[in-house]
Amino acid sequence: MKPVHTQTASELLEAQESRRMTAEEIVRASLDRIERLDGSVKAFVSVRAKEALSEARSIDERRARGERVGRLAGIPVALKDNICTRGWETTCCSKMLKNFRPPYDATVVEKLRGADAILVGKTNMDEFAFGSSTENSAFFTTRNPWDLERVPGGSSGGSAAAVAAGFVPLAFGSETGGSVRQPAGFCGVVGVKPTYGLVSRYGLIAFGSSLDQISPVARDVRDAALLLGVAGGHDERDSTSIDAPAGDYLAELDRPTGKMRLGIAREYFGEGIEPDVRKRILDAVEVFRKLGFEITEISLPHSRYAVAVYYVAAVAEASSNLARFDGVHYGHRTSEKTDMVDMYSVSREEGFGDEAKRRIMLGTYVLSRGYYDAYYLKALKVRRRMKEDFDRAWETVDAVLCPTSPTTAFKVGARADDPLSMYLSDVFTIPANLAGIPGISIPCGFDGRGLPVGMEIMTPSGEESRLFRIARAYEQATEFHLRCPEL
Amino acid sequence: MIDEKEVMQVAELARLKLSPEEIRRFASQLSQILDYIRQLNEVDTSSVEPMSHPLDLTNVFREDAVKPSLTAEEALANAPEKRGGFFLVPQVLDGTGPE
Repeated sequence: MKPVHTQTASELLEAQESRRMTAEEIVRASLDRIERLDGSVKAFVSVRAKEALSEARSIDERRARGERVGRLAGIPVALKDNICTRGWETTCCSKMLKNFRPPYDATVVEKLRGADAILVGKTNMDEFAFGSSTENSAFFTTRNPWDLERVPGGSSGGSAAAVAAGFVPLAFGSETGGSVRQPAGFCGVVGVKPTYGLVSRYGLIAFGSSLDQISPVARDVRDAALLLGVAGGHDERDSTSIDAPAGDYLAELDRPTGKMRLGIAREYFGEGIEPDVRKRILDAVEVFRKLGFEITEISLPHSRYAVAVYYVAAVAEASSNLARFDGVHYGHRTSEKTDMVDMYSVSREEGFGDEAKRRIMLGTYVLSRGYYDAYYLKALKVRRRMKEDFDRAWETVDAVLCPTSPTTAFKVGARADDPLSMYLSDVFTIPANLAGIPGISIPCGFDGRGLPVGMEIMTPSGEESRLFRIARAYEQATEFHLRCPEL
Repeated sequence: MIDEKEVMQVAELARLKLSPEEIRRFASQLSQILDYIRQLNEVDTSSVEPMSHPLDLTNVFREDAVKPSLTAEEALANAPEKRGGFFLVPQVLDGTGPE
């Protein structure tokens, strides 16, 4: 039997159903591996071992009694630490929220509990999701399981590393500009951002409300489809939630793709892409050609503005969303003796890290009188142009294919002093968030240093089923998703 | 492009009490970022509506019916300071009435 840590959630579910393994054995294996190896990877900020084992035992007992168990029964799951878990510290990896215990569960957490998943731990992230490397966490930096000197990507670096290291087969991260796809690419796992509004944002601590989506991380496409099926669906507590149930992506998954048309946007293959990344993506295009896909060159002319639009629109929303952290209702309050206004200013100064302060200030600036039209409104108009580029593309292709990131994982510290260079690592992922369309990153090979290369596929809004089928077709024809780092 | 004086003004709007070193450092970093953002001016957007959101939503309401919500105790559980069922803050009004 394959080691537990290399098995997918689907395999672990089957192993339980055929009584080859118990939930307790699975969870124990997960916790043991975390204890043994997370000291080096540092994916987790908190782990709930006792409760997890107790819940696992209880699932085994229910099964033994012949009772029905949920769709994710006994499966260890990790959650990015910006997802509210009732009574369990949720910090966004910021000093501002150290010791914050939410009084409620996020909707996805309720769904996971309802599916009998075992919540094993909360994962590390860039503070308030501001970052692309997990180096902005106020606590520590997570390491890439493929090379511990390198970053796992971000901001959901902890979740991606946790799956890549085999600590858990499933995790949730969140995306605003690629924060699950990019780390999934760097860590050689699958990360999928749903159509905006498919997964409820209730209980996700907000960064950019028109961009945020809780997003699955998994070892393979099948597992990602399984997790999204559980997570998605209308939620009346999230007024931006799409009024439709989640699809049954598993049922559709192995339906033949036929002669689907893949678009290669010339703007996504320009300079700045590492040669090995370009090679792996072009190899992948050949795989698709052999599978019968039609490859077409397209143009998404406004893609070059993605980072600029994002660092106006997203930071504007962030400055508004982070205004609630004022030391009054929750979170850090300064111990200095101050008047009311200074209480806000000093508490926020003490509680937020550098990147949070930069983004709050940039957001405040672009929304302020005299600059609002020139920056904020302008960016939103270019955003619409970017969306229109995709709308035009869908007239001739069924999906767009590109590298997830221009490079593979960089070394810890390499971009820490250059915020702009850090932002540019998200140039290929940001467009999907701006347009609200779904996107997936899947492993498509390795570079000369043995680092994973991620390939991104995007489809129109609501076409998750098509997205999974295309990704699955590639995955079935390759073996990159079966490789595991040596830890 | 953004000088230290402007950084201080923005910091005040954003309720951030920055140190002099931070003001200097952020002025330089924010200038670099704003410079990069300026390329948006290349795009002709004369006939485009701003896109603030991917979904075309209007007035997403629910029934005006009372539903269970947080208890006062739950709501106060993470309060840095509280008293008598209220969030406690430094004095807001200075006690002198209007002239």
